[in-house]
Amino acid sequence: MIPVIIGCTFLIYAMVFALPGNPAEGRCGDRPCPPSYVAAFTKEYNLDKPLLVQYALYMGNVVRGDLGNNFYGNPVTHELAIRFPTTIKLALMAITIEIAIGISAGIVAGIRHGKFLDNLVTVSTLVVISIPVFVLGSLAQLIFGVKLGWFPVTSLKGTFYELIMPAFVLASVSLAYVARLMRTNLVENLRSDYVRTARAKGLSRGRTVGVHTLRNSLIPVITYIGIDLGALMGGAVITERIFNINGVGNFLYRSIHQKDGVAVVGTITCLVLIFLLANLVVDILYGVLDPRISND
Amino acid sequence: MTDLSNKDLSRDAVVPLQVDAASGPEEVLPQPSASTGARSLGAGAWRELRRRPMFWISLALMLLFILMAIFPQLFTSKDPAFADLNKARQKPSSEALFGYDSQGYDVYARTVYGARASISVGILATAFSLIFGSLVGIIAGYRGGWLDSVIGRIAEIFLAIPLLLGGILFLYTFPNEIDTPFWIAVGKVALVIAILAWPTITRLMRSSVLQVKPNDYVQAARALGASPGRIITSHILPNSLASVIVVSTINLGVFISTEAALSFLGVGLQPPVISWGNMISDASGIGLIRVAPHMLLFPSLFLSLTVLSFIMLGDVVRDALDPRLR
Repeated sequence: MIPVIIGCTFLIYAMVFALPGNPAEGRCGDRPCPPSYVAAFTKEYNLDKPLLVQYALYMGNVVRGDLGNNFYGNPVTHELAIRFPTTIKLALMAITIEIAIGISAGIVAGIRHGKFLDNLVTVSTLVVISIPVFVLGSLAQLIFGVKLGWFPVTSLKGTFYELIMPAFVLASVSLAYVARLMRTNLVENLRSDYVRTARAKGLSRGRTVGVHTLRNSLIPVITYIGIDLGALMGGAVITERIFNINGVGNFLYRSIHQKDGVAVVGTITCLVLIFLLANLVVDILYGVLDPRISND
Repeated sequence: MTDLSNKDLSRDAVVPLQVDAASGPEEVLPQPSASTGARSLGAGAWRELRRRPMFWISLALMLLFILMAIFPQLFTSKDPAFADLNKARQKPSSEALFGYDSQGYDVYARTVYGARASISVGILATAFSLIFGSLVGIIAGYRGGWLDSVIGRIAEIFLAIPLLLGGILFLYTFPNEIDTPFWIAVGKVALVIAILAWPTITRLMRSSVLQVKPNDYVQAARALGASPGRIITSHILPNSLASVIVVSTINLGVFISTEAALSFLGVGLQPPVISWGNMISDASGIGLIRVAPHMLLFPSLFLSLTVLSFIMLGDVVRDALDPRLR
């Protein structure tokens, strides 16, 4: 875990700060920066020191909650802190949708294995997986926002109601994967010996599925949801851009276009750290769900 | 087993690729067991595949789009770089099947020509990650020891960076400019995707090497004096190729979609390169969607169909190769 954190953050840092090209470039708009500014910037971010020392100093600051200052001279930590509540709200809504609809669709398909509902779920999830998030987002805006007028087209304030449509769009692809994964696991487990034994000793179908099979089938799905958080973060950049949500993803998008290296590194470092921690939590949860797996 | 139930059993899920990464050495795919010869498995899979309409549909779509990427002139006689501002945002008509975009470009012509960039990125990224990933995976699995651990740790680091975020970061550092030549721009995006995606292939390859290596016939070959190169090419590769190719086919679809997302965000391919991601990016924005939805719909349709054809093909072939069905 620790080596992976160090490796990742180093890679991210080195990508922006160690490569040829001036990291201070673009901090002064379209004009080249005056030498005095470059000197101050170099000093502030220790760019004259060897890479490893630079990185260590940067990480020291990160641990103390300092991600540097962005283009406008505001601390990146502050910029992120005011935007995180909206993004977290969006992500939680998306994960809830993903779990609720994805898992139930998977269960329905798994139980009705080979029947019409199963085919419907497998084919429709394949279609959803193939449509990129930004296409889905724009289509949702067109249909539900403009044509039908059910939901607001953009979500400036980030209220619950405004975030419903973006959350569905963000959840769509993962939802399809969750449904397929759930279905495969359920079908596989329903064919296993312990289910046959449970049925043979007279347990009802509801009990075999609900108690015995479901818990086993959920384990890979939970792992997937942990890993999927990474995809969700990438998706959030796109979704927040489309729906103009003032969240972390939109901040990252704007920082990229302003060539604000400090903000880009800070935001991505922060997101990757959250991703890794979430997966640590999933690993721990894993042992709780399945006693066969120990966390020693 | 009746025909019907056989078909039902075989429709497995597109298992999300990264699940494999987290759950360690288990594979996404059931490996062909050592006792089944590669040929009989291949023949059986082919017999299985021939009966599936999904296979033929996805194959036909895939070939159509690849043909479009190689010879766009076959599909349209119009020049995708010719713009007539008078016709900006005109709706589809008999003159222009898909209408005109904001600059007065013919949307159909640009959609056809856009196939080349998108599919090239997908194929190149798949090829890079396939070659590098398998090579590293074979070395890790075959040599074992400290080298294996080091490769494993490095793969873990790259896996921990989400594809899209990593792509944004890398392309932020090496941006494509307006004057970047076509193939350099395409190669750069493909390379960035491959850098982030190789560990999946490496893990798959490593685990299949570990599975095949202890078999008696491999030991026998080694006792007879076969070199590691020969053992790898004639014993290990045939056993693992099927699963790696299936995963790569699905990846190809995912990569095309990733390229489009990166271009949409403005860090992937830049105009004047024509790509579906760029076209969709130009067409999005609520004002435009309201007045000219055709600008968005047609490139999106082509993009989705291409991604669908690759993912569906990989899915169907995976089912056919699954030995549990026979």
